[in-house]
Amino acid sequence: MHIASVLIRRLLNAVGLLAAVLVLCFTLIHLAPGDPAEVIAGEMGGATQEMMAEIRAQYGLDQPFHVQLFSYLGNVAQGDLGFSFYFDRPVTELIIDRLGATLLLVVSALLLAIFLGTFLGVVAARNPNGLISHFVTVLALFGYAAPVFWTAIILLILFASVIPIFPASGGMYDITGPDDPLSRILDIAHHMVLPVITLSTIYLAFYSRLARASMLDVLGSDYIRTARAKGLAEVVVVYKHALRNAVLPVVTFAGLQFAQLMSGAVLVEAVYSWPGLGTLAFESLLRRDTPTLLGILFFSSMVVIVANLLTDIAYRLIDPRIRSGAK
Amino acid sequence: MTSFSKIARATAAAALVLGMAWQAQAAEPKKGGTLTLLTSQVPRHFNPAVQSGTATGRPGTQIFATLLRFDEGWEPQPYLAESWSWSDDNLSMTVKLRAGARFHDGHPITSKDVRFSIETVKANHPFKTMFGAVESVETPDDLTAVIKLSQPHPALELAMSSALLPIIPEHIYAKLEEGQSAKNHPMNATPVGSGPFKFVEYKQGEYIVLERNDDYFLPGLPYLDRIVYKIVRDSSQRVITMEQGEADFYTEVESINIRRLEKADNLIVSDHGGEAIGPITWLAFNTKRAPFDNPKVRQAIAYAVDRNFIIKALQRGVSKAATGPIAPSSPFYSADVETYDIDLDKANALLDEAGLKPNGDGIRLAASIDYLPALPEQQKNIAEYLKPQLKKIGIDLTVRNAPDFPTWAKRVSGHDFDMTMDLVFNWGDPVIGVHRTYICDNIIKGVIWSNTQQYCNPKVDAALEMAGKEPDLAKRKALYAEFQKTVAQDLPIYWLDVVPYTHVHSKKLVNPPLGIWADMHPLDKVGFAE
Repeated sequence: MHIASVLIRRLLNAVGLLAAVLVLCFTLIHLAPGDPAEVIAGEMGGATQEMMAEIRAQYGLDQPFHVQLFSYLGNVAQGDLGFSFYFDRPVTELIIDRLGATLLLVVSALLLAIFLGTFLGVVAARNPNGLISHFVTVLALFGYAAPVFWTAIILLILFASVIPIFPASGGMYDITGPDDPLSRILDIAHHMVLPVITLSTIYLAFYSRLARASMLDVLGSDYIRTARAKGLAEVVVVYKHALRNAVLPVVTFAGLQFAQLMSGAVLVEAVYSWPGLGTLAFESLLRRDTPTLLGILFFSSMVVIVANLLTDIAYRLIDPRIRSGAK
Repeated sequence: MTSFSKIARATAAAALVLGMAWQAQAAEPKKGGTLTLLTSQVPRHFNPAVQSGTATGRPGTQIFATLLRFDEGWEPQPYLAESWSWSDDNLSMTVKLRAGARFHDGHPITSKDVRFSIETVKANHPFKTMFGAVESVETPDDLTAVIKLSQPHPALELAMSSALLPIIPEHIYAKLEEGQSAKNHPMNATPVGSGPFKFVEYKQGEYIVLERNDDYFLPGLPYLDRIVYKIVRDSSQRVITMEQGEADFYTEVESINIRRLEKADNLIVSDHGGEAIGPITWLAFNTKRAPFDNPKVRQAIAYAVDRNFIIKALQRGVSKAATGPIAPSSPFYSADVETYDIDLDKANALLDEAGLKPNGDGIRLAASIDYLPALPEQQKNIAEYLKPQLKKIGIDLTVRNAPDFPTWAKRVSGHDFDMTMDLVFNWGDPVIGVHRTYICDNIIKGVIWSNTQQYCNPKVDAALEMAGKEPDLAKRKALYAEFQKTVAQDLPIYWLDVVPYTHVHSKKLVNPPLGIWADMHPLDKVGFAE
């Protein structure tokens, strides 16, 4: 199938998917007890009934559910994600402010997991009963079993307190530090290390297992025997001939798991005070800030859709069979 | 005594005197430096005139100056007001402003700004009792404001300090466009005040940066160049940040972390400061729901709760007992109340008297308890402790979890609860933070931190009304003592402990903010040692 027609079909699917996500989430949030007026009154240390009514009227919370839902969907269709109840700012502005930080974290973690995971898996596959292979198995078990927030706190205690080499206060950079661009970039890199490692642990474990299994499978196939029989160097056989086939499942899963990575980011961001969408989502949920929360879900869904599309394209580039044989 | 020891003593004394002199000198901080404060709270904006709470109040008190400030002995001091005086009938206060004081944008501060600020707070702030008695503010000249009252209002001075009455510039905040109100004025997010520090930047949910106001009306102050509030949500991360010296000041330390921070070499842990805030943890009853409408049942529960265990074991011994509605750090606190020290026999007897006989399993009644989903060691842990403890007197308690604040607030403000743990602040004068919980008028369904217990006793109402307008301090104290005795008898609420308002600060810090308002007080005298 031609790549353009794939794109068009995907885009149509995406619109339907986004609408479904919004309706579902809007309903779910409305089912949660309490509304923003109560949160605002709570943080004020009290209020009067008039103040509560005023807040509800200002945000249209006094309207019936279906009116609120349709007016929201109508606005979104026109590209307006609305105004945050709590932060008193346009939602799009709040999200754009944070999207970069989350993407930086998630993409770095994903790349680290894919490359290091594949490499460890390949090394393990070359000697399935060796030390590295066992190490990969243990690492994988650990990565699956340990909750992300636990890993985050343990790494923080180890590398910010016991051996203080990384900043304890988290965040993306130290506002009290020098602010020329080079120092800022280095500072961001310094602040990124722990959150990226934490977020990549689960996926690192997963990809190394996947790459190991897939590599073992491929290494047993006929064309590898042929390549070896030709007298090719082992490194060439493994990294040129076998890896290209073995890496396909890794790429597939990377695309599928991008969504999970986004949700894992919520916890990691919370522990490291990383100023991303996760932290914003958490704060918005606690405050029943529906427009902000829906806006974040909307953006995250879009990011996931784009990521899946890119996976599809990458897949086609790596595997020529898909390009011709999918008719 | 040998002459040698005389000399030694004299030398020691001299050294002591010298040492003290050196210390006095060290109390003058050096100029400059950046103060980093840690907070877990995310402010909506920075204008305390229309938003209560410490998240806005902390930076707000640096950006906006007030008319008065309070010293550590609860005495009012001049701030933007050079002097102030009461009329003989206590129905008007004349305030003389400091000449030459300017807002951060260069506009001079006049009595019209004072009038505008009082009107804005009166119309928008949730604490209606602060300026409810103000009838008008007259401005005979640019530097004189006369505040006219409908009745004497001794709480006015406290209400003119800290985050309660920021002087906001009329030429900025009076300008409203279509659809705007004082509450959502765009300048609330980028405030212009006259305090020691100017607003520079707020990165939403991350940090707040303030810088020195070079044109500050108090000469030579402030010492610091910059204040940075870092928002760190995780409590263990805040502890590590302090230990690593990445921040200089941190308040509202969780009781589980206090002992740990005391061990850090670079830090000082201090439990004084913040006396005016008075955060009390309590167990509230729904006094309109049987059988909690019977004071005997409430008293029985109080007798069954071991307050000492809560303080010594659950709070690691770092909090103080609260025996009534007014925090012990307040000048109006009275210890002359029934304290309900643990007595299970008495508790059982009271439940018998109330007609709640145990069934075959020894159960007299089933009830539920809610808790505020914040500060677990002050809320959830106590609720969990009450379950087995109240079983001893035949109450089968169910702990109802709430995943987040709105869920809990909905239940309690909707009067849909038996008992709940809660945490409520005194806010300086009882008129501001105490009356609201006990007066009949403030039973407002749907509003959290109103009189959600629905307790109503005309005698208490009368005493509070008298106390609110009694200008004589001794008489006022007596009225509040009577109030405290009565509510402790009626017991709509059983008060447990005062949340330790513990501060941790770097040893390098000079004049850390340890007054009655803690860091909700101008930090103009804070600085670093040489």
